[in-house]
Amino acid sequence: MSGNDLSTFPDYPAEIRAPHNTVAGVSGYQVHIGSEIHTIGDKCDVLVAMNPASLRANLQWVNMGGTIIVDADTFVERAITKAGYESNPLEDGSLSSYNLIKAPISSAAKQVALEQGLELKEADRTKNMYALGMVAFMFDRDLQILSNQIAAKFKKKPKISETNIAVLKAGYIYAESIEAIESRYHIPTATLEKGKYRNISGNIATAWGLLAAAERSGRPLFLGSYPITPATDILIELAKHKSLNARVMQCEDEIAGICSSIGASYAGSLAVTSTSGPGLSLKSEAIGLAVMTELPLVIVDVQRGGPSTGLPTKSEQADLLQVLYGRNGSCPCIVLAATSPNDCFETAYMAAKLSMEHMTPTILMTDGYIGQGSELFRIPKVADMPSITPPIAEKNDPNYKPYRRDDKTLARKWALPGTQGLEHRVGGLEKSDILGAVSTDPNNHEKMVYYRNEKVQRVADYIPEQNVIGEESGDLLVVSWGGTKGQTYIAVKEIQKQGKKVSLAHFKYIMPLPKNTAEIFAKFKKILVCELSDGQFANYLRMVHPQFTYRKYNKIKGTPFTTIELTNAINQYLKEE
Amino acid sequence: MSYDIIERSEVPLTKEDFASDQMVKWCPGCGSHAILASLENVFPKIGYKRENFCVVSGIGCASRFPYYVNTFGFHGIHGRATPIATGVRVSNRHLSVWITAGDGDLMAIGGNHFIHTIRRNVDLNIMLFNNQIYGLTKGQYSPTTPFGQITKTSPYGTIEKPFAVGKLVLAAQGSFFARALDNNPKLMVDVMFEAAKHDGTSVIEILQNCVIFNDGAHKEIADRTTAADKQLILKHGEPMIFGKDRNKGIRLGAKGLEVVTIGENNITEKDILIHDVTQEDSGIHNMLVDMKLPHYPMAFGVIRAVPTPTYDELLEEQIKAAQKSSPIKCVDDLLNSGDTWEI
Repeated sequence: MSGNDLSTFPDYPAEIRAPHNTVAGVSGYQVHIGSEIHTIGDKCDVLVAMNPASLRANLQWVNMGGTIIVDADTFVERAITKAGYESNPLEDGSLSSYNLIKAPISSAAKQVALEQGLELKEADRTKNMYALGMVAFMFDRDLQILSNQIAAKFKKKPKISETNIAVLKAGYIYAESIEAIESRYHIPTATLEKGKYRNISGNIATAWGLLAAAERSGRPLFLGSYPITPATDILIELAKHKSLNARVMQCEDEIAGICSSIGASYAGSLAVTSTSGPGLSLKSEAIGLAVMTELPLVIVDVQRGGPSTGLPTKSEQADLLQVLYGRNGSCPCIVLAATSPNDCFETAYMAAKLSMEHMTPTILMTDGYIGQGSELFRIPKVADMPSITPPIAEKNDPNYKPYRRDDKTLARKWALPGTQGLEHRVGGLEKSDILGAVSTDPNNHEKMVYYRNEKVQRVADYIPEQNVIGEESGDLLVVSWGGTKGQTYIAVKEIQKQGKKVSLAHFKYIMPLPKNTAEIFAKFKKILVCELSDGQFANYLRMVHPQFTYRKYNKIKGTPFTTIELTNAINQYLKEE
Repeated sequence: MSYDIIERSEVPLTKEDFASDQMVKWCPGCGSHAILASLENVFPKIGYKRENFCVVSGIGCASRFPYYVNTFGFHGIHGRATPIATGVRVSNRHLSVWITAGDGDLMAIGGNHFIHTIRRNVDLNIMLFNNQIYGLTKGQYSPTTPFGQITKTSPYGTIEKPFAVGKLVLAAQGSFFARALDNNPKLMVDVMFEAAKHDGTSVIEILQNCVIFNDGAHKEIADRTTAADKQLILKHGEPMIFGKDRNKGIRLGAKGLEVVTIGENNITEKDILIHDVTQEDSGIHNMLVDMKLPHYPMAFGVIRAVPTPTYDELLEEQIKAAQKSSPIKCVDDLLNSGDTWEI
């Protein structure tokens, strides 16, 4: 089927017509799609539940963080009670560990079928096609193939055939219009440390990491944002947390999102704007303003396939060069890339910490795949997180000058409006060193460009050294970054099991790179850079550490690496003389 | 009332307290000089501590303003003064936030932000310097340039209808709109003071002369010798009377507003409309902002000031209510909420 391996498992009750809406009467059909399948898979990633009873019966088989599509029309009080629920599972938060998609399946399918001229009773029977259409969109199935199969099945009933195809398409279009994304993040099973756990998606972890940083730094959180797939969940999540003093504005556009955040940062908030690639493009000029005014700001880029509108529901790592360089002038930002759904928590926290302590914008890169995907998360205590101490200027400080810098970090002070004796002006025009007056002096400009760059480079003194998974030297080093850690880790472990001298360096700190990066690279004969782009990280490494030879292994299909793709690529490069 | 929550200065401040040490670099004769002087006069009158004022701007001649006022100041990027100021105010309601921007900045590149800021009613004071031209880029037509005017980028005359600032503000559900002239400092100070007192987005359109690229654009209205007949200075609760003999007035007729003469055709002062800035229905305010020469005088002063809840105030209320009712008091509560288990 469309080039995928497939295994299926029907499961239906012995009764021909078991009581409707009861758990015992639920029938199901399990499908496992993948490139290489050995089993039906113990648990599934997507459950389509056509009523509350079916949800109750099958929830146990859904992977944590998996997707549940429900026919929301059937979740009426009577059916919910009959299924044995005490409250509506769609509303009471009990499904918070899953990617829940509430779709009006019955009503929408019926409407299409009636429009096609079907009787009411027949129309009701088309709803499974609507659900199939939704799944077809999420897994990139070819509608034509499905339509042909339906046509073949109902060869003698053209009206039924046409209606089913119309409903199938309606379901497909619905999923496309709500930009439904499947969540299929898989983590390597590892022995878990003792502790209290929960399930968390990357976007929620990002939101919570920022809230933790706000609390720990004593700076209120401000988010200025505009809805965009696949980053919207961060905005939705933070909007809930007014009790934690999160000030969230849904702005009129991406530019207002970042500009309101810059204003909030100037006024002393931990300011954040969240977006995806196209939105980041719109924010470029304002990022320059934040760099120039040397204010803290966290910009979250939940990457999706590009360029332009691209593949809104698919993932890619191709925003890297935009994040690093997509601005006028010499305009450096600190750049971090979260490596998995639960790592978004720590990475968001660190992005906020570095931005505030070094007084410069930080771009936090995640992607649709880890943003939407879920993973087990060991619950930390906020008090155990590293402290955050922004350099806030004291009232009436006689030595305060807008661009006087800390000797070590080169950060200027954060002088909050409303503080006596610190009245000053900042802005996008170049300013004189220390005094902060508007200046076009050529020597001053060169000096300020140097300071802004050097300030970001010095962040390397405050981040952890890069680690290597496996031996510290060997024949080949796999290099990856950001959201692909789950796959490169599994692939390298598998190769290591075969006794080959292959290690992994997976990067999370992108700008600046960890100080020991070159030292690590020097100990391997070959370096293979694996990424979901046309090689942007490899090109960046060539620029920063040109002394090494980098081989690229790229995938730009909107889907994650598979283990077999990676192990093949690694083995191939190992074999070459 | 935000006018009451911002901390006041214990000692009276003067105009000099608000003058910065920067050299003012506008052209000699530019209307901005008078606007700056008015702002420096009104700040001590408002009475807040100096550190509680924040002046925000975008790009353009008007946007150099923050450098010249000795308060906190932020010189932003083109068109974005309104969202930047919004972020400042939403973060800290104890600040009096002022925006200085031109017609190009607010009406063209920042048009979207302008209408949405007004619709939200964030407590900000916006001074829109309307000189009907792009000055800093040297003389291109702006969104308020009259139809047909020849400029550097419209050598055959513009073929675009200009925005009427007041009508746009009212259409965006603005709660405050005033109009002033750069050659009438007393009027400027009066409306700036009223803007400061108003809770919400206060828009002041200041008709400003650009001596270099659009000299005399407002001459017919602004000329002091004929001003009495061409300007209707509105005051809340007072009849709409103007003219050098104070015998002309505005009446609401069957087809809208009419200019009438008191003492002619049995017209008495009783027939003249009384100005009410608080009228929620924007009908009369809309007609007032739309009055143009030669059939009407142009309306000045505070045209609309309707008490309306502000965005920042409503947000604060939601935060306080949530802090009271939510079981989640800190991030640890949040992390441990919902489905968790021990391993």
